[in-house]
Amino acid sequence: MGFFTDTSVCIGCKACEVACKEWNAIPEDGLELTGMSYDNTGGLGADTWRHVAFIEQSRPPGGVWTVADHGRVDVFAEAQRLGRPAGDGERIAPVAPEGRTELRWLMSSDVCKHCTRAGCLDVCPTGALFRTEFGTVVVQQDVCNGCGYCVPACPYGVIDQRPDDGRVWKCTMCYDRLGSGLEPACAKACPTDSIRFGPLEELREQAAERVRVLQEAGVEGARLYGHDPQDGVGGDGAFFLLLDEPEVYGLPPRPVVTTRDLPAMWRRAALAAVTVAAGVAACCLRRAR
Amino acid sequence: MVPPAEFGSYYGRPVLKRPVWKPLDIAGYLFLGGLAGGSSVLAAGAGASGHGALARPLQVGAFGAISLSLVALVHDLGRPGRFLNMLRVVKPTSPMSIGSWLLSGYAPLAGAAAASALSGRLPRVGRAAGAGAALLGPAVCTYTAVLISDTAVPTWHDGHRELPFVFGGSAVSAAAGLGLLAAPVAQNGPARRAAAFGAALEIGATRLMTRRLGLSAEPLHTGRPGRLMRAAELLTGLGTALALGAGHRDRRVAAAAGAALLAGSAALRFGVFLGGVRSAEDPKYTVLPQRERLDAEHRAAG
Repeated sequence: MGFFTDTSVCIGCKACEVACKEWNAIPEDGLELTGMSYDNTGGLGADTWRHVAFIEQSRPPGGVWTVADHGRVDVFAEAQRLGRPAGDGERIAPVAPEGRTELRWLMSSDVCKHCTRAGCLDVCPTGALFRTEFGTVVVQQDVCNGCGYCVPACPYGVIDQRPDDGRVWKCTMCYDRLGSGLEPACAKACPTDSIRFGPLEELREQAAERVRVLQEAGVEGARLYGHDPQDGVGGDGAFFLLLDEPEVYGLPPRPVVTTRDLPAMWRRAALAAVTVAAGVAACCLRRAR
Repeated sequence: MVPPAEFGSYYGRPVLKRPVWKPLDIAGYLFLGGLAGGSSVLAAGAGASGHGALARPLQVGAFGAISLSLVALVHDLGRPGRFLNMLRVVKPTSPMSIGSWLLSGYAPLAGAAAASALSGRLPRVGRAAGAGAALLGPAVCTYTAVLISDTAVPTWHDGHRELPFVFGGSAVSAAAGLGLLAAPVAQNGPARRAAAFGAALEIGATRLMTRRLGLSAEPLHTGRPGRLMRAAELLTGLGTALALGAGHRDRRVAAAAGAALLAGSAALRFGVFLGGVRSAEDPKYTVLPQRERLDAEHRAAG
């Protein structure tokens, strides 16, 4: 089972974030304003298992989309000028009436990818991370000893440690709900069906059809991400339809499971060990007088 | 090919999570584990070639270093009380699992060898334990490279070809440093030669690695990790020069050489550790190489 997140219909309402937090009783992890966009969650983490990315982009007509930089906008100064004739401060206006710039909002609900070849699961030394009967990747919290190995092993930067608790946490795809025949809380809460849940083969068919429709309708940049079982992680259990390059959404463009190279690493380490043993032995050939 | 300076990212935020390992614990373990493994190998060689006064402090040093390592490793766990869960399964796909089993075999052997070396009792058992520790020692000092390479951290992962040799060389030079510090000059011959061998392996493999890595090596050249890496090469080179120059006749020079080699090895481990952390913190090191690979695949596919 898996998720297909169609970002072309995401409205950035964050119902998925809230439903996830509530269903899984995830602790609060800061009520800060990032100042960068309407995204005040920032990213996935030990206490954020769904994260809605929000990207504002602008471009000259027919040009290249770039992230709109509001870093130097003083919102209080802008607010004081409301209702007065516009001066040179039009950059905060969402749409320039003469069509000088186009503007769009990209929204995407990110989640653990439940990789077919999962680095976190591979490197876990205790067996706390395991593959469920649904094909998902879940942490057994009564086994995890907080070694933290899975954290840098994840090519998507998903799993993380709760500092006060010591263990690692991430999306379980609502393992408890799946066991009762229910869909995950985020998919259930999504008002636009941007988050779809179901058997991966069916979702892949729906996704291929959806991307075809969008491309035919002239939606440039529509593409699938993480859908291909031949990719570096064997395909994601949670894949996406994106409208721009993956890195714009904070996703790695071409992730590879680190353990793909592990046999080569062990071979090199064995060779180095033999080198060390032989080298030191050679240093001890001369007997003491 | 020079990578483009521009790259897409989500408001400059990192793609990867920063490793949660504490530098003092884990970089400290990389150093101490290497020192232990290297010392066991050098001690066995020194013992077999009649350098008893060099072998004994190395056996003791190996056990001391591995004991401190175990303390650091348990201390770094989010749930230290559950450290025994490390031995719940045997998982070849997890270098940490293999390493835990390796250390469980190695540490008691190093302990028995050290106890025999200190007390002078049961010399035959001590020799057998020392031989066992020496057999596992090379694995103890090179597996840690696999441990950190088997992650998504760009600098660590991309360096996986050379890193076992870098760490192996660094372990030998640290062990040689301990030997030079502790043994009388008349008995430190194997340590002086091991210093040269270890330093050559460490510096050679490091240079090879940083040359091959390209962008992923950048964190090893700049900032604090860069300073540590330069200090490592300088100290290891200096220690070797001192050891070879006058380490056989002047005890003070030998001790200074030993201290420099130990410090060099420690600096290298902290440099590699912190360099990796930096490469995970900056999305540039994650996105640019992957973007290049993806674009190349698209070009190849037409």
